[in-house]
Amino acid sequence: MPKQPPKIRSHNFYEVALGYQIETAVEEAARCIQCPKPKCVENCPVEIDIPGFIKHIAERNFEEGVKILKEKNCLPAICGRVCPQEEQCELTCVLVKKKGQIAIGRLERFLADWEAEQNKIKLPEIKKKTGKKVAVVGGGPAGLTVAGDLIQLGHDVTVFEALHKMGGVLIYGIPEFRLPKSIVSREVDYLEKLGVELVTDFVVGRTRSVDSLLEEYDAVFIGSGAGLPWFMEIPGENLNGVYSANEYLTRMNLMKGYLFPEFDTPIKNHKSVAVMGGGNVAMDCARTALRLGAETRIIYRRSRNELPARLEEVENAEEEGVIFEYLTQPLRYIGDENGWIKEIECLRMELGEPDSSGRRRPVPIKGSEFRFQVDAAICAIGNSPNPLILSTTEGLEEGKNGIIVADEATGKTSRDRIWAGGDVVTGAATVILAMGAGRQAARSIHEYLTSN
Amino acid sequence: MSNKILQKKALIPGQTSLLVIDAPQIAKKAKPGNFVILRIHDKGERIPLTIADTDPEAGTITIVFLVVGKSSALLETLKEGEIILDVCGPLGKPTHIEKCGTVICVGGGTGIAAMHHIAKGHHRAGNHVVAIVGARSKDLLLFCDELGGFCPELLIATDDGSSGHKGFVTDVLRDRLEKDKDVTEVVAIGPVPMMEAVAKVTKPFGVRTVVSLNSIMVDGVGMCGACRCNVGGETRFACVDGPEFDGHKVDFNELRMRLAQYKNQENESMDLFRREHGE
Repeated sequence: MPKQPPKIRSHNFYEVALGYQIETAVEEAARCIQCPKPKCVENCPVEIDIPGFIKHIAERNFEEGVKILKEKNCLPAICGRVCPQEEQCELTCVLVKKKGQIAIGRLERFLADWEAEQNKIKLPEIKKKTGKKVAVVGGGPAGLTVAGDLIQLGHDVTVFEALHKMGGVLIYGIPEFRLPKSIVSREVDYLEKLGVELVTDFVVGRTRSVDSLLEEYDAVFIGSGAGLPWFMEIPGENLNGVYSANEYLTRMNLMKGYLFPEFDTPIKNHKSVAVMGGGNVAMDCARTALRLGAETRIIYRRSRNELPARLEEVENAEEEGVIFEYLTQPLRYIGDENGWIKEIECLRMELGEPDSSGRRRPVPIKGSEFRFQVDAAICAIGNSPNPLILSTTEGLEEGKNGIIVADEATGKTSRDRIWAGGDVVTGAATVILAMGAGRQAARSIHEYLTSN
Repeated sequence: MSNKILQKKALIPGQTSLLVIDAPQIAKKAKPGNFVILRIHDKGERIPLTIADTDPEAGTITIVFLVVGKSSALLETLKEGEIILDVCGPLGKPTHIEKCGTVICVGGGTGIAAMHHIAKGHHRAGNHVVAIVGARSKDLLLFCDELGGFCPELLIATDDGSSGHKGFVTDVLRDRLEKDKDVTEVVAIGPVPMMEAVAKVTKPFGVRTVVSLNSIMVDGVGMCGACRCNVGGETRFACVDGPEFDGHKVDFNELRMRLAQYKNQENESMDLFRREHGE
C-alpha cells in the first residue's frame, strides 16, 4: 500500500498509509482463493465474512461488499487501520506461506473509505423496538460496538462518555497520522443515525453511579477501558517536562495541542524527547514528538525482538528517524533549578534467562550508568483501569490491577444486569479485542433482555 | 444538561464574575469541595473551576472565576442566556465534613468562593465556623454578606487596611488560634503562597489543616496525571485523590514549579486573544 515518504510525513500529521485505489484493491482481492472453510474468519474476533466481502471487491460490487462488512462490524474504517491483522485474520490466511497473505485489513479499509466517499452511507434495517433500555459506560471501541449491535436488535441504547468527545482511545490516544479523527467522527455519527443516544461530559461514578443507572435501565455494560497511567516511580518523575503517555497524547490528539495557539491547549516545543516503553503507545508518542521537531528516542529495556509494538509501527518509526535505545533502563530524571527535566540517567542491560512471560529477562550491567540530555520524557509503560467504577459500585468482583472480573464468553460480571468488556476486563489490550468483547456482551445482553 | 448561563454577576468588574449555570445532574450530586471541568468553544481547552454553590431544586450550580488568561477572558465574554459548550462534573473528592466543633475556614481572593461552599457545609453539619477572608483591598473581598449570614465569626484582613485587619489572613489566623485552643480544623483555599503560609502558621499548633490544590488539569478524571502532586512523599492525582490534601504534607515548592510549566504559552495565547478582541 502506498505511504507518504518518511522525509515528508515526519513533518506532518496527515495519514501515513494512503490506502488502495480501486484498481489495486480489485487486483489484491482477486488473489483470494475463496477457501470453503476460511481460516481467516476463525481468527477475526468479530467473525467478519472475509471471503464474502473480498469476492465482491474482486467483482467490483463495492456496495454489496460494504453490506457484508457491516453485518459484523459497525466500525470497519477503524478496524481496517488499527487491527493487528498479522496476529489475527491475516495470520491464518492459507496464502501466507506461498504467495503472501491477502491484505485483508487494507481491503476492509478500502471498502469503508469507498462507502464514505460515495456520500450515501446506507443504514441497515433496524428491528422493531423492544422497549428495553441499555446504558453503556464509556464511548470507546467496546462500548460503541455494544451500542451498534444492540440498537440494531431493537433496544434503546445510551452511551455515557466522560470526555467531551466519543471514541475513547480512538480519539484521545491513537494519533491523527494513524487514524484520522474525521473517520472516528464519521463512524460515531453512523451510530447516532442508527438511533444510539450519545451523552458526553458524563462521568459514571461521579455524575451518576452504576446503581443509579440500573434504576432506569434494564442492563448496564461497562466499557470504561484502562485509562489510569502507570509511572515508573523513579526519582524526578514530577519534574516539569515529564508526561504520562496519556497526558501527552490527550493534549495532542483530543485537544489538538500541535495546533496551538489556534487551539487553546498548550504543548511545549521540546528539542529532545525520550519515550519510555516499547508498545504501540510508545511508538505513537515518539512519532508525535518527532513531528513537532524533536530529536526522539525510545528507551526500552529489552531488545528489538521483544518490542510489544506492531512491527509495521516500529518500521514506520525507524524510517521516520526515531532513535531506539535498546537494553536501556531509566534510573532517574535530573532537573534544573526551575524544576525542568534536563537529563536522564540510565543503565545498560543484557538479556538473561527467559522469565515467566517467556521473554528473556533484562539483567543490569554493573557500572554501565550513563546520562544524556533531554527536555522532555514521556512514560509509556502501561495503564490499568480507572478505579472510579469499582470504588463506587458495590459487589462488583475485582481482579488483578483493578480490572473488573467478567465471564470470558458472555461478559457477565458478578452483579446481576451488569456486563463488562474490553480493557476494563483484560487490562490494556487492542481495539479489536475490545470490539470482540463488546460483540459477545451484546449477544448475552440481548439474550437476557428477550428471555423475560 | 443545557449548560445555559442563567445569571451572571460581576463581583469585581472586569476581574471576577459569578455564573449560575443550568446543570441539573451536577447540581443534584455536587458537594462542597467538588469542581467541574469546562470547555468554552470547539477549539477550547479544558479548565477546572470549583463549584461555589449549588441549588439542587433549581438544578443550578454556581461558579466564580478570575480573569487570568485566554480561557477565563473568553468565559467573561459570555452573557446570560449563552451556553457553555462542555461542563463536566461533579469531579474530585468532596470535602470531609463531620460535626467536630470549631472549624476555621480561610479564603483568599477568588478562593473565597470555594471556601464559602465548604464553610456552609461545616455550618450545616453543626460546626462553629470562623471565616477569615483576605484581599489586597476592601473592593476585592467576595462573599462577605453570605459568610456573615451563617458564620458566627467573620474576620477580615486587607493588605491596605481598608477593611478589618491591615495585613495578611495569617496574622488573623495566628491570633485566633492563640486565643482558642479548641479549634479542630483549619481549611485554606486561595493562592499557593497563602495556603503555604497558612499551613506554616497552623503547624506549631498541631491543628489539622486542609488545603485545596489548584494544579494544572486536563481531563480531571484521573487518566493523565497532569495534576500530580507530592503529598507526604507520595505522588497523588489532585483531580481524583484530592483536590484537598493535608496542608502539612504538601510539597508547595513542587506545586509552584509545576503551575509555571506553560507560562510562556499562556501569555502567548492571552496576547493573541487581546489582539483579536481589540484591546
